[in-house]
Amino acid sequence: MRYLPLAEADRQAMLRAIGSNSVEDLFVDVPEGARLSGKIEGLADHATELSVERQLGTLARRNLVAGEVPFFLGCGAYRHHIPASVDHLIQRGEFLTSYTPYQPEIAQGTLQALFEFQTQVARLYGCDVANASMYDGSTACWEAIVMARRIKRRGKTVISAGLHPHYVGVAQTMARFTGDVLDVALPELTDGAPGDDADRLLAAIDGETSAVVVQYPNILGHVRDLSEIAERAHAAGALLIAVVTEPVALGLIRSPGEMGADIVVGEGQAIGVGLNFGGPYVGLFACKEKFVRQMPGRLCGETVDADGKRGFVLTLSTREQHIRREKATSNICTNSGLCALAFSVHMTLLGEKGLRQLAELNHAKAVAAAERLSKVPGVELVSGPFLNEFTLRLRKEARPVVRAMVDRGVLGGVSLGRLYPGAEALRNGLVVAVTETVTNEDVEALAGALEETLA
Amino acid sequence: MSMNREGRPTRPEAGEGTKTDTFTGNRALMLEEPLIFELKEEEGTGVDFADAPQVESRLGGLERNRSIGIPGLSEPQTVRHYTRLSRQNYAIDLGLFPLGSCTMKHNPRLNEKVARMPGFADIHPLQPTDTVQGALGLIHMLGEWLIRLTGMHSVAMSPKAGAHGELCGLLAIRAALEARGDAREVILVPESAHGTNPATAAFAGYRVESIPANERGRVDTEALKERLGPDVAAVMITNPNTCGLFEPDMIEISEAVHAAGGLVYCDGANFNAIVGRVRPGDLGIDAMHINLHKTFSTPHGGGGPGSGPVVFSEALTPFAPLPFVEQQGEHFALIEEETAGEHHGQGFGRMTAFHGQMGMFTRAMAYILSHGADGLRQVSGDAVLNANYILRQLEDVLDAPFGDSGPCMHEALFSDCGFQGGLSTLDLAKGLIDEGYHPMTMYFPLVVHGAMLVEPTETESKEALDQFIGALRSVAERAKAGDQTLKAAPVHAPRRRLDETLAARKPVLVYKEPERAQAAE
Repeated sequence: MRYLPLAEADRQAMLRAIGSNSVEDLFVDVPEGARLSGKIEGLADHATELSVERQLGTLARRNLVAGEVPFFLGCGAYRHHIPASVDHLIQRGEFLTSYTPYQPEIAQGTLQALFEFQTQVARLYGCDVANASMYDGSTACWEAIVMARRIKRRGKTVISAGLHPHYVGVAQTMARFTGDVLDVALPELTDGAPGDDADRLLAAIDGETSAVVVQYPNILGHVRDLSEIAERAHAAGALLIAVVTEPVALGLIRSPGEMGADIVVGEGQAIGVGLNFGGPYVGLFACKEKFVRQMPGRLCGETVDADGKRGFVLTLSTREQHIRREKATSNICTNSGLCALAFSVHMTLLGEKGLRQLAELNHAKAVAAAERLSKVPGVELVSGPFLNEFTLRLRKEARPVVRAMVDRGVLGGVSLGRLYPGAEALRNGLVVAVTETVTNEDVEALAGALEETLA
Repeated sequence: MSMNREGRPTRPEAGEGTKTDTFTGNRALMLEEPLIFELKEEEGTGVDFADAPQVESRLGGLERNRSIGIPGLSEPQTVRHYTRLSRQNYAIDLGLFPLGSCTMKHNPRLNEKVARMPGFADIHPLQPTDTVQGALGLIHMLGEWLIRLTGMHSVAMSPKAGAHGELCGLLAIRAALEARGDAREVILVPESAHGTNPATAAFAGYRVESIPANERGRVDTEALKERLGPDVAAVMITNPNTCGLFEPDMIEISEAVHAAGGLVYCDGANFNAIVGRVRPGDLGIDAMHINLHKTFSTPHGGGGPGSGPVVFSEALTPFAPLPFVEQQGEHFALIEEETAGEHHGQGFGRMTAFHGQMGMFTRAMAYILSHGADGLRQVSGDAVLNANYILRQLEDVLDAPFGDSGPCMHEALFSDCGFQGGLSTLDLAKGLIDEGYHPMTMYFPLVVHGAMLVEPTETESKEALDQFIGALRSVAERAKAGDQTLKAAPVHAPRRRLDETLAARKPVLVYKEPERAQAAE
């Protein structure tokens, strides 16, 4: 077996050395009835590398690959071009096959990369500090809500209707058990401002509110200034949590931190990570410096070694589960290190200049696509301001339209029926994401497919 | 002096000794590397873009009006920066990585190849489900293997890592208890447990009470039974436990917990010791997470991403989270909120935005198919044999607190008993770094003083083990002799010991340009 170096002679020699007759004897503590005498029945035996590759390749070919068709899906996961060097670098064994840097003297590579990552994320979000990553955007969002509750000692969270419904779902799951009160609503297809419920949020903030949660750009692609919400939240003694699911947007529009957000969290997948059918992704988490001791997750900090040389270590670990146990700020242990590295490498390649160009290109293509698609009979553009994702109102229910467009070889967006099953007022909504990977031909293919399926 | 005909010396001369200072601060292949912010190219970039079409901006007046401050590097600079950083890391690819309870086994490269197949890597989580039948089929297939390997009834694939899996298990337990109108408040956790266990229980809204270990390194079964009662929701138990020992009373414990109306959560972090030989379902377990990045070889990646599917007993199956994959004839359905009502109305909800760590599922599946049922049984056998070999080869020089109570499982536990001259486990660990090894897990479990938990895994050869044993013996002898030079270790690593107190007292978590840092002071 190719992954097992021990030869049978080694096993015998080692058994002799430890004074045992067989490997089975080493399992003497297992109650006899629970000890299997042979391999588990009904499962396949070992297979060659060639055979495994073939089996799994067969499954892989049963999926419609985004890169092979005109592709317009977003809503929390975005398809961007990733430079070849990103994947090459994260596959270096020293990164890929190392672990959490518990021994900093021999993990400076990971630690320095994390320190750079934290700085990139904090600056992108317009915050003072960022952590070394969370599982994904949705769990980062819930952790931010928990953190705000801890800081404010209040139990109510006001959540914008523009927050990704799956993020809301995660928060609702947790709130059911923790007793937090969540004030949530369904988005509306308001012309010029879909999913924007600032008035509702402002009215809902009260003396019991620990935080207001707003997604930027929101689930329907809409962007709005968060300053007023931040001011009103602060006036009521609450925090503003901003959620960013498309970090590329921040290359062009103002950061949530600049507009007064206290905690900014989000999904980093769009930069460096890829679609991967939903995971693994990388949760980004940043906040104002004064809240740092209430943050969840790992933090990397600068220090010096015994010779006075600069180095990096995991720090403020008295917040964490392995020290604080049941009093920890979170139960998180493993985070999303390699995805954070991919994000950071891609961001280093982009730099501010490249990120701005990327965002401009996304925006320009999206605006052009929105104009083209809104000329299709039966299609109306709902969106006002947006970055690279916008909402259309179709003459028909959008979900079957998306399905019918697949038969025409187009993955044409995310229907609101998929995201909000049963919500009648949203059923004709279609969210279309346009990134730099989309060509004019792709947009024409989508326009043609929409025209045919709506006819 | 020997020279070739061009006058180039071909033999080293007896040198003047070792001059260590260099102009660059580098030491040959050991290269110092500045931060990207110090290499900075404010307007640099390593990516070329096509020109954007001319359109009227629709940003609603939200255009950025200040600089972000993120430098960009060209591709050669970027490749060099991260390649240089990588060389300051220890890794499994470089050598034995005996970090107890982390199962640092070889990460097969076939896994990486499979995960990058476009059919798995380049598909969107919200594509219509009939366009992702192969992906859903793979999730289902992996789930079936995990169910069969554990002898359990169902599996939740969405948890993102071990601790997220623990949360999944406890929330299902809580949902099940609430469904029978039985609000219970307490989770019992052995004192030897991973810190995630009590943290998770608290995160799920429970109060945590500790159960002591006995002198044999196992849960004190009598103390546990005594504490059971109508307020105890569940027991969280790690088996094999964090002392590297199997809990021989596991069945008795499960029966007692069930009789008292509670449920049994098993931390499956140490499943590598028993995979293919013992099924947790036969031990009365109700829920257990499986770290795919431990037992099933997905890479640890410098701290994740992990993946923590949770297997459930029949009693907990109705309460498993959304979404999940269900086979319906030839078709694989994704059961989400809208379809759950029909036959999964008691599920406790959604834990994450999408369907779980697909990129880890593909890797784990490649690993499992490579080994098969026969190979996985060999995996646990070799892992346990390797650990016992280390335990018995070193117990004459290192104190093995539970060495007398029989064989260990996949990891060997030692203590600092007998170290002289004020030397500690930390000193020994740093000494091992100079020997070219990543140290074992230190100071965990908490029930042993100066604990050293050594997990070699099954992917080490006997020669590799013998060399490690020799190195550890040598450092242990120095510690027992009170050799003060150990306090200076490591001296050969990219950095000497780092000042953690300074890092925590004056946290510097992001880079500040010197001018900005000064202005802030």
